[in-house]
Amino acid sequence: MSSEQFMNEAVSPWLKEDGPDSDIIMSSRIRLARNFEQSPFPLFAEEAILDSILYFMEKEYNHQSFLHYKELEFVRMSELKPMEKQVLVEKHLISPHLADKSNKGAALISKNEQVSIMVNEEDHIRTQLYFPGFQLDKALEEAFLLDDWLEEKIDYAFDETRGYLTSCPTNVGTGLRASVMMHLPALVITRKMNRMIPAINQLGLVVRGIYGEGSEALGNIFQISNQITLGRSEPDIIEDLKGVVEKLIEHERHARNLLMEQSGIELEDRVFRSYGLLKYSRIVESKETAKCLSDVRLGIDLGFIKDISKSILNELVVLTQPAFLQQYAKKMLTPNERDVFRASLIRERFTLEQREEF
Amino acid sequence: MECQECHKNHAIVHFAQVINGDKTEIHVCQQCAKEKGYVSPDEDAYSLHHLLSGLFNPNSEAMQKLTEQEKEQQEIQCDKCGMTYQEFASIGKFGCASCYQTFSEHLNPLFRKVHSGNTIHEGKVPKRVGSDISQRKKVRELKVKLQQAIADEAFEDAAKIRDQIKGLEKNLNQHGGEGEV
Repeated sequence: MSSEQFMNEAVSPWLKEDGPDSDIIMSSRIRLARNFEQSPFPLFAEEAILDSILYFMEKEYNHQSFLHYKELEFVRMSELKPMEKQVLVEKHLISPHLADKSNKGAALISKNEQVSIMVNEEDHIRTQLYFPGFQLDKALEEAFLLDDWLEEKIDYAFDETRGYLTSCPTNVGTGLRASVMMHLPALVITRKMNRMIPAINQLGLVVRGIYGEGSEALGNIFQISNQITLGRSEPDIIEDLKGVVEKLIEHERHARNLLMEQSGIELEDRVFRSYGLLKYSRIVESKETAKCLSDVRLGIDLGFIKDISKSILNELVVLTQPAFLQQYAKKMLTPNERDVFRASLIRERFTLEQREEF
Repeated sequence: MECQECHKNHAIVHFAQVINGDKTEIHVCQQCAKEKGYVSPDEDAYSLHHLLSGLFNPNSEAMQKLTEQEKEQQEIQCDKCGMTYQEFASIGKFGCASCYQTFSEHLNPLFRKVHSGNTIHEGKVPKRVGSDISQRKKVRELKVKLQQAIADEAFEDAAKIRDQIKGLEKNLNQHGGEGEV
C-alpha cells in the first residue's frame, strides 16, 4: 500500500470534513450508556451471558444501516490483534478499557466511522457518535434516533426515578457524556488555560487531554465534557456545555487577536520554526510533534501558512500515534524507531500536500 | 554510544548530574532511563472512578463507631447478582440493574455527591419499556394544566384537557392489565 493510500484509509472520513467553528473545535461527541435489563453488568456477568449478548448484537445489527450510517460492522475484540485494537483506540472508535480488559467486547462501527457502538464495555452498550466541528445539538438528535432504533429490540435497564441504569454511579440517569475536542493554543500560550480549568470544573464540566481520562493535553487539544448525568435532561446538559464552550471559543479568538497585535512577528517565527521542524526533522517524538502540529495549525488559522489543508492537525495527531506508526511500518517498533518513522510519515504527509497544489 | 546501564541498547538519554560539586555524565537508553527513574514514567491514569470508592467508605475511625444496625445494613446483598453493599462500596460499580433497588436507601447521599445534589432522573425515557412512564408523566403534567385552566375559568380548555387525561389513563389501565398476565 502506498503511504498516500495508507494515510487516506487511516483517517476517519468525517474527520476531514469541516464543521461549524472548526478553527477551534475539532469534533463533537455524544456517548450514551445503556444496559440490558435482565443481564448483570459486563464487569460482573458470566462469560456465557456476555457471549449471548455478543451473539444477539451481531445477529440483529451486523451489516445493518441506520440513517446515513451505512453498514455497521461487528468487530469482536477477541478476533483483533493488539495493534489493530490500539489503532481503533487511537481513532477514538473504542475505549482503552474495551481494547485491554474485555475479551468479550465488540464494537459495531459504521462505514464512515462516525458511529461506534461498543458492546460489553463497562456497560452492555455504549453508543458513540462523532461530528466534525461544533455540532452538539445535531449529534444529540441523531444519537437519540440511534438509541430509539436500538431500543426497538432491546429491553433497556431503566428506572422511573433513577433513569438509565449504568454500571458506574457516575453515568446513571441520562447515561450521557457529551464532549467537544478543542484546539486552544492561544489560551495556552498566554497562560490563561490553567487558570480557566478550575472555573470550568466548578461548573460541573471536566477538562481532559485528547485521549481521555488521565491523558495530558497534547498539542493544546482539550476535551471538555459534562460530569453530571443525573437530574438534568440531555438538552439541558448540552446547553450547559455549549455555554462554556462558546465562552472558551470567544476567549481563544480574543487571545489569538491579542497575540497577533502584540507579538505578531514572534508568533510567526514560532509557527514557521515548528513548520520547518516537522518538514525537515528525521527524528521526532510524539510530544514535540503535537506541539509543532498545534503551532502549524494555528499558523494556518491565522493566515501565516496558506498552502496546507486545515485538517492536517486532526489527521496527523492520530496518524503519529504509536499503533498507527507500527501499522504504517508493518512491524513492531522500539520507541526510537517510532520517532524515526514518525518524522518520515510527517514529511510524506507534507509532500502530499504540495502535490495537491499543482 | 552504548547504554552504560544495560550495555545493550543505544544510549539516547544524556545528562549531567552534579552532586556536591562532582559532575557525572550519564548516558542511558530509554528503557533504563525509565527504570532507573531518570525520566518520570507515564503516571498511572488518574481516574474519577478510582476516587469514587472513597466516597462510600467512611474512614476507619468512623467504621469502629458503627452500630450493630449499621453493620447489618452493610451486609445487604443483591438477590440477582449476589453483590453485597460492602462490595459495591469498595468497587464503586453496581453488579446489575437490581442493585439499584437493593441498595436504594443508601444511594441518595452518593448520587448527591456525584451529581451536584441530584437524585432523580430528568430526561429521556425509553420509548417501548418506558411508554407507561412517559404517559404517567404526561398525565401528571396535564392534571397541573387542568387545575390552572379551572382556576382561569377556561372551561372549554379544561374539558379538552380532562378528555386527554381520560384517554391516557384508559390506555395506562389496559397496559397495566396486560402486564400483569
